[in-house]
Amino acid sequence: MPEAKLSLRGVVKSFGENAVLRGIDLEVCEGEMICLIGASGSGKSTLLRCINQLEPIDDGSVWLEGQDISEPGLELGPVRRRIGIVFQSYNLFPHMSALENVLLAPRRVLQEEGRALTARAEALFQRFGLDLHMHKYPDQLSGGQQQRVAVIRALAMRPEIMLFDEITAALDPELVGEVLNVLRQLRTEGMTMLLATHEMGFARELADRVCFMDGGVIVEEGTPEQIFSAPQVVRTQEFLRSVLR
Amino acid sequence: MAGVSTVIVLAAIILLVPLAPGWPQVKASFFDGGVFAQTFPTLLKAFLIDVMIFAWSVPLILMLGLAVALARGAMAPALFPLRIFGAIYVDVFRGVPVVLTIYLIGFGVPGLGLPRPWNSPYIWGTVALVLTYSAYIAEVLRSGIESIHASQRNAAICLGLSERDAMRYVILPQAIRRVVPANMNMLVALQKDVALLSFIGPVEILRQAGIYKSLLANFTPYVVAAVIFLIVTVPATRYADHLLNRDRNARS
Repeated sequence: MPEAKLSLRGVVKSFGENAVLRGIDLEVCEGEMICLIGASGSGKSTLLRCINQLEPIDDGSVWLEGQDISEPGLELGPVRRRIGIVFQSYNLFPHMSALENVLLAPRRVLQEEGRALTARAEALFQRFGLDLHMHKYPDQLSGGQQQRVAVIRALAMRPEIMLFDEITAALDPELVGEVLNVLRQLRTEGMTMLLATHEMGFARELADRVCFMDGGVIVEEGTPEQIFSAPQVVRTQEFLRSVLR
Repeated sequence: MAGVSTVIVLAAIILLVPLAPGWPQVKASFFDGGVFAQTFPTLLKAFLIDVMIFAWSVPLILMLGLAVALARGAMAPALFPLRIFGAIYVDVFRGVPVVLTIYLIGFGVPGLGLPRPWNSPYIWGTVALVLTYSAYIAEVLRSGIESIHASQRNAAICLGLSERDAMRYVILPQAIRRVVPANMNMLVALQKDVALLSFIGPVEILRQAGIYKSLLANFTPYVVAAVIFLIVTVPATRYADHLLNRDRNARS
């Protein structure tokens, strides 16, 4: 097994009295796609936010290619630019056009400028079929289009790993497909991805590994085949029965 | 219906007020057409001084107000003194009547015996206005900054942006846009308060009207001054209200 791109060791996180993560161990290898499933409140989103240090962790450690990125006092800008994240609520900047949303971080963080950068951004829009909407503002785009722009915005930083936090959960059903297609495309391009998702069919189709979370721990972990066809743990069975009905 | 009632009310005022026993004297001393025509041009010219003071105060107020707003929102523990300073600043200058600040600074500082031009009431009057109004503007801006959802900041720093860049490129542009109407109302109030500098020296419109009042033994110059203020402030207030309504409709 190759060295893990990202590894979590005994990650613990509480909000006040409420222990949200109670010791998470997880390894993500280069090019791997892992889906986190589980009920709302099981800690999936918090786990993702602890990986890019949006939430400081209380115990344990997070390693990105052999570097402990959860060390207190570490300058986080350089770490965060290597980890892309897309949120459920898109969070596009409403005062900027789609293209400006994408250009901001490469300009300010990577010091890229001019034609070369614009061309690179335009190519991304083209790749995901949004080149006609590049100059529109977020409120002129559908939810699905906004979410695809959010993916492009994260990709423009050339991240080494992408985190997706239930990115289809806020979408109307007919718009879910176009966003999942973006993920399929990234999968074929070999992007390392970690997704929190409620799309069981999608997880089953594309994930290398599926982790079922409950009560702040990973209860069961395995290939989609193992998890969806022959779950071993009672809680996993119950959860799948309730969502696959 | 609205039209009819308006006409009735206006007619009542026009017909009834002149019936009051003191009306002839009031009319003579406040609404003298001759005095109006005679003093209007000079008062309008004096009003330009108000406009001038207003014009150079506004950019200073906006800059200082933004600085104080940012100081009050500073998150880093090391910047705690800055936060405290911001809070005290805002409390003090919003808590003291503008006139008092103008008196204290306008008379107090030149009293230190500063050489010309540093004893000018224009300078210290402006300083008093800037200190007072930037405290108000800072609070408005801060409320604007706080109204921008934390997810915007998170999205920015997750892209690798520094806190500073997140504030500058993501949060502030949205916050400022949101508080433009409220700040417009502040500036209208400022335009009126510029006249308070008359108490420390500059012969602007209010002072000039006072001079005419003594000279002509007639109050009409004050009415002229009021009319001139209204010509400027009414359209500005209406415009601010228009922006506010547009904003409210856009968000609902």
